[in-house]
Amino acid sequence: MDFELILKVYPYFIEAAWVTLQLSVLTTILGLVCGSLGAAARLSRLAVFRFLGAAYVSFFRGTPALIQLFLLYFGGPQVGIQLDAFEAGVIGLGVNIGAYMTETIRGAIVAIDKGQREAGRTLGMSRWQAMRYVILPQAARLMIRPLGVNINALIKGTALVAAISVVELTYTAQRFIGSTYKPFEMFLISGVLYMIIIYATGRGIAWLDRRARIV
Amino acid sequence: MGLDFSVVPKYLDVIFLGALWTIAITVAAALLSFVGGILFAVIALYAPRAVRIPFRAFEWLFMGTPLLLQLFLIYFGLVQIGIDLPAFVAGVIGLGLHFAVYNSELIQTAILAVDRGQMEAARTLGLSRTQALRKVVVPQAVRDVIPPIGNNMIALLKDSALVSVIGVAELTLSAQLAIGRTYRPFEFYVVAALFYYVINLAMEAVLRRVERRIQASR
Repeated sequence: MDFELILKVYPYFIEAAWVTLQLSVLTTILGLVCGSLGAAARLSRLAVFRFLGAAYVSFFRGTPALIQLFLLYFGGPQVGIQLDAFEAGVIGLGVNIGAYMTETIRGAIVAIDKGQREAGRTLGMSRWQAMRYVILPQAARLMIRPLGVNINALIKGTALVAAISVVELTYTAQRFIGSTYKPFEMFLISGVLYMIIIYATGRGIAWLDRRARIV
Repeated sequence: MGLDFSVVPKYLDVIFLGALWTIAITVAAALLSFVGGILFAVIALYAPRAVRIPFRAFEWLFMGTPLLLQLFLIYFGLVQIGIDLPAFVAGVIGLGLHFAVYNSELIQTAILAVDRGQMEAARTLGLSRTQALRKVVVPQAVRDVIPPIGNNMIALLKDSALVSVIGVAELTLSAQLAIGRTYRPFEFYVVAALFYYVINLAMEAVLRRVERRIQASR
C-alpha cells in the first residue's frame, strides 16, 4: 500500500465525492417525482394511464441503465435533446430509478387495508380525499425502508456516469488507476468515500423510519 | 439529423453475436455467483473467527461500492499482481463475485431460518456437522431463496452491460461498434435495448417456471 500516494491524491477524490453526492441527491429527487407519478398512473382508474405506467416500469426495469444513459446522452442530439454529461446523468439515472420507485410506492399503497379506503369513503370523503388523508399517511410510513433500498442502489448506480465522463468518484478512480498503476490504493480511497455516503444515508433513512413509526 | 433505422439490418449479425456473448457472460457469472454465494454464506456463518472477521470486511466492502469500480479493481488489479486475464474472464469474475455477495446475504438468512431440528435430526442419524450442513441444511435453505436469487440474476443480466467498459465485446460494445461505423447512436442503442428486453423477458419466464416447480415440490 502506497500511503504517500494516497495522501497526495485524496483531495481530488474529495472533490469527486462532492459530485457523487450532488448526483445522488438530484437523482433521488427526480426518482421520487417519477416514482410518484408512475405509481399514480399505475393505480389510475383510466386504462390509458395504467398502460403508460406499466410500459414505463417495464422498459426502464427491463433494460440496462447504462444503455438508457447512452441512449439519452449520445442518441439525444439526434432527436433534439442536447444535454451536458452531468444533466444527462441526473435525468437518465433519475428516470431509471423512478421506475423501481414506482413499484415501491405502489406496493406500499396497495398494502394498506381496503377497509381504510372504504371507511374514508363512507365518511363522505371523495376518492382523492380518502387517498390524501387516510391511505397516503399510512402508506408513506411503509415506503421509507424500501425506498431506502432504492436510494442505496442509486448511490452506487451513480458510478455509471463515469462512462459518459462525468468527473465523479469512479471516473476519478479510473483516471488515477490509469496514470499511477495503483488500482488497490485508488479503490480504497474511492471505496471509503462511497461507504461514508452510503452509511450516512442509511442512518438518515433509519432515523426517518423510527420517527415515522406510530407504535 | 433525424432517425434512420435502415442502417440497422446490415449490423444485425454483429449485434446478434454480441447478444450471445451477453448471454454467455450472464450464465457464467450467474453460476459463479450461485456457487460463490453458498460458499460465502457458509464461511460467514460457520468459519472460525479469524476467517470470518476479514471475510465480513470483504463482504461489507463489496456491498458498499459500485460494481463498475469493482470491475476496474479486478481488471487492472489482477494485471498489476501479474495475472493477465482476458477481459471476458475478468468480467465474469467481477460480476460473479459482486452478485455472490448479494446471494450470500439471502442464503445466510435462509440457513438461519431452517428449523434447528433438521440439524439435530441429521446429527442424531450420525452425520458429521459438515455432512449435515451439506446434505440437509443448505439444500433446504437454497430451495427457499431461489426466487430472490432469480431476481438477482435478472439484475446481473442488466449489469453485464458494464463489462463493455473493460472491453468485453458483448451486446453494449457491439452496439457501440456499429455506432462507430455509422454515427447512429440512437438507432443502435434502441436496438440493443430491445435485445436486452427480450433476454430479460425470457429469463423472467424461466424463473417463473422454476418457481412453480419449487412450489409444486413442497
